[in-house]
Order: sequence, then C-alpha cells, then structure tokens
Amino acid sequence: MLAVLAASIRYGAVDFSISDIWSALISLLPGKPDATLDQRIFLELRLPRAFLCLLVGASLGVGGTLMQALFRNPIVEPGLIGTSSGAAFGSALYFVLGGALQIGTSVWSLPIAACIGGIVSTYLVFALARSREESRSSIAMLLLTGLAVNALFMSGIGFLSYIARDPQARSITFWSLGTLTGASWAVVKVVAISTIGGTLLALRYAKQLNALMIGEEEANYLGVNVKRLKWIVLTINVVIVAVATAFTGVISFVGLIVPHILRISGGADNRYLIVGSALLGATLLSLADLLARLSVRPAELPIGIVTAAVGVPVFLSLLRRSRYVF
Amino acid sequence: MLEAKNITFSVSKKALISDVSAVFSPGKLYLIVGPNGAGKSTLVKTLAGLIHPQSGVVEYEGEDVKSLNSVELARRRAVLSQAIEIAFPLTVREVVTMGRNPHFGSRPGPLDEKIADEMMRLFDIREFEDRNYQTLSGGERQRVNFARILAQLWHSPHDPTRTAETSVTRSPNRYLFLDEPLTFLDIRHQIDFMRTVRDFADQTDVVTVGVLHDLNLAARYADEVLIMNNGRLEASGSPGNVLTAATIRSVFGVEPTFVSAEGPNLHLLFDRCNSDDVI
Repeated sequence: MLAVLAASIRYGAVDFSISDIWSALISLLPGKPDATLDQRIFLELRLPRAFLCLLVGASLGVGGTLMQALFRNPIVEPGLIGTSSGAAFGSALYFVLGGALQIGTSVWSLPIAACIGGIVSTYLVFALARSREESRSSIAMLLLTGLAVNALFMSGIGFLSYIARDPQARSITFWSLGTLTGASWAVVKVVAISTIGGTLLALRYAKQLNALMIGEEEANYLGVNVKRLKWIVLTINVVIVAVATAFTGVISFVGLIVPHILRISGGADNRYLIVGSALLGATLLSLADLLARLSVRPAELPIGIVTAAVGVPVFLSLLRRSRYVF
Repeated sequence: MLEAKNITFSVSKKALISDVSAVFSPGKLYLIVGPNGAGKSTLVKTLAGLIHPQSGVVEYEGEDVKSLNSVELARRRAVLSQAIEIAFPLTVREVVTMGRNPHFGSRPGPLDEKIADEMMRLFDIREFEDRNYQTLSGGERQRVNFARILAQLWHSPHDPTRTAETSVTRSPNRYLFLDEPLTFLDIRHQIDFMRTVRDFADQTDVVTVGVLHDLNLAARYADEVLIMNNGRLEASGSPGNVLTAATIRSVFGVEPTFVSAEGPNLHLLFDRCNSDDVI
C-alpha cells in the first residue's frame, strides 16, 4: 500500500522526483520561501488526491465487506442495494437545485445531500423488499428490488442532467462515472472522519457479524440482537459509502472484489476482513487512479471506468475459480 | 426448570401453537413428536425464546424469557436447528468455535479453543477440522453443528469463570433444544447422536427438549414424550403411557403393530390406516 501511495504521488500529468517531493514538503515548514508552482500542484492537488483515493477505496472495501456479511451473500456490493445510486442522485439534485435554491455551498452540504440520497434509497429498497408475511427480507427480493430502485435513481439522474445547464450536467456525468478531481484537503478531512470512524465502529461489531455468518436464527441463539445489528451496520455502510460517493461519484466493483480476494486468501473472519478490506480497497483504488491518470496522459479517465474495466474480468475469474455456494 | 404457560403463537391469525402448557425439568430428556405441520418446530422456537407468544408466557426458573439478557441467556441456552447453510468459506474449527461466541470477548481464548477441541473429538470430526464447511455432506454438517451447540453450553471442569460456590450451590440450569437433529444422519450416527444427547441430558443441571420424527427412537431414549397435533399438545408422559395404539392411530393416521424386542424397548411397525378409520 505504501508503495502504491508513493507511486501515486509521484506520477501523473506532471511527474515529481523524490527530491521535488522533499522540497515541496519542506516548503511547508515555517520560515521557508513560498512554494513554487510545481510544489503547489503537488501539495494542493496531488497529495490530497492520493489521500482521498486511499480513503475512498477503504470506504468502498469496508462497505462491501459489511454488506456481504449482513446479507450473508458474497455477491452483494454497496451499490446493489441502492446506496450509491441514491447518493449520486442526492448529489445530482444538489448540483441542479442547490444553486437555484441558494442552499449553502459549504464543504458539508454536498455530502449531506448525498447522504440523504443514499439513506432514502437504501430505506426504499428495504421497505419495498419486505414481504408482507415475513418480517425478514429475503436476499433475492432485496437484490431485485435494489436493481429496480437503482434503475429508478439512474433515470432520476438522467432526468436531472437533461434539465441541467451545461456545467451542471457535466458535473453530474462525471459523478456517475466516478472522479477524484474534486480532491482538496477539506474534502480529505470530511472523508477521513467518516471512513476511519465507520471502520472503527464496524470493527466493534465484527464478532456479531461473524455469528451472523451461520444464519440469523443461529446468531439470535448466540445472543446477538440481529435486528439492532442490521440497523447499525446498514447505517455505518450508508454513511461511509454515501460520503465517499458524494465526493467521487459512483465507483463500482471495488466493494465487490476486495472482500472476495481477501476471503480466498485468508478466510472469512470479519475482524480480518474489515481491516483487510480497508487496506486492500485503498491500495486497489490508488492503483486504479494511477492507471486512470497515466493511460491517457495528460488528460485522465474517470476512475469508475477503470475500476469496472479492470474489475469485471477479475471478478469473473474469481467466480469461476472459487467454490462459493449461492 | 422450564415452563410454558398457556402459550399461543399465531401468524396472520392462524394459530401455529395454541394454548400449550408444559413443564420441563432438568436431568430429563423430553422429545416432541407429531405429524408434519403440528407446530413442533414453532414450539421449540418459542421455548428457546427466538419468537415470543402472543399470549401466555415462557419462563426459565420462573423468569419470563423476554426479560432475560440475550447474551446471558445464550451462555446457557443452545438450539440445534435444521439444515444450516453458510454462505462463506468457514472451516469446521471456526464453526465449532462459533459456539463460544457468547462466552468470549472479542476473540476466542485458550479455554474456548480447548472446548472446541474436546467437542470435535466427541463428534469424531477432528480429522477434518480444517475443511471448508460448505464442502461437507449433510450428515457431517449436522455433526459439526451439534459440536458447536454443545461447545456453547459446555462447562469445562477448570472453567475459571465458574467459582466453586456457584457451581455447587446456585448453578444456573442449562437448556438444550434440538429441532429434528437426526435429519441427514445415517443409522449409526443417529444412534451415536441419541446416546450423546442422552448422556448430556442426564446431567442434573440440563433441560433437554427435542423434536423427533422417529417414534421408535423417541420411545427408546425419551424420559417423556409430548405428542403435538394441529398446534395442540395432545398428550404427554412416559413413552409407554403416551405412545399407545389409539393415540398413534388418531394423531398420525397409521396403524401401529407393537413388536416386543429384547429389553424394555418399544418397537413399532406401521401401516397406513384405511381412510375410514381416521375420521
């Protein structure tokens, strides 16, 4: 992970040598002359972007692990139950209406809009998937409802970008493909709070999530309050995924693949998976970002395109190799 | 002591069990029999506190099960359910150790590992402790789960959490529930299993309640048999008193023939009743 971080801060539209990086970092110290243009590119664009990338990757990885543990199904990703499309819709709504309604443009308003979108869509999926007879949502029902609600919110995003003015429409398009260009230190702070807080909180519930692996009834018999656990874990997931999505847009497949790779190599214990998926998610997304920046230099690809293009074949080969029972 | 007082549980106005009352004492093995859909599993789930009856109350030592702390309860109440599917690749050892979940903090300690070892030896599954649970056969899975359930209730003689005075004077009873535990087991493992249950149930601080389909095994191993039909408790008592030709005929709709076998064991052969006889 450190190696990828190092590569990620060195290479890009402008490459930096190790000594450039040192001098840029040193220029931060008090009493030194003002930073040069290159140094400022490094400090204000490259560095926060690298950190944001790590944090978002960690969020998606942890979110994926949590959702898979909660639904006891290895093919769930955070986006499948509507969280990320809802968050993207929330941010699209903010782009289009925020300016018109004169809603504050602080660093918090975008993630709040995305969070609300993510929560609303996740709740919608749950409410619609709940069958009348049983109070338990069946997995197939949940996934199919998620598909439908995703489609609904995607059409909502489409509608919003259709009625939006040009710059807004472009922001929305970028959002639905995923981009890290919005990185700044303020953004890094916000995402760091949700990612690190969410991951630490999730770790406290790892033992209960482990019990859930053998079934909801069984977890109940082991003393786990399954209903409460579901709500807590869902809330953690919605917050970390919605906040990450709000700043970067929809980045697919990271949340799906990371727990898979970890399970194949190290087992299914959720304590290990949560920590591991934070680290591996961060590493993989940084690699993807590096690829996105270097492949069409000096321009760059939206990162969601890279993760999907690389992730799909990896996912398919993992599926064919492993013995998962669905 | 476990007591059900006039419990009724319904789903969308259909009563799955209605007005069932029963008392279960430690040191005895209670087996519930009855035709499909009689409410046996629902009764076990209600007794175990997974679902709560709309009316009536389930009491553990006089305390309403609803008022008990769920982790505290999980340390002395375990349930073996039917066919457990795990969506993730867990090893046999991990599944068995899972039974210690209510006992350990964030991770299993040496005592938990020791108990898991002991249970795996008891159920003859040590040689595949590293195998993925998903690749096991139904019978192997059942043994793994029984090992897990007993690990959950196991008191090691050197358990530091049980001080001398509590274990002698006020040891809380333990409760074991078995929901059709013999499914998937071959005949040898069925007998092994019933023996293990019998031994466990003989402990003076253990209340054991199970659901069984095989009337012969029920007659052979139970201290008391409870017959359920249409959500009601039809009869309960010692196997010899309860499993009579008349009761079996009216509840199961089969004609039993009693075959005397060696020893005190009851042996039943069945034939389908003529439909006229049933109604």
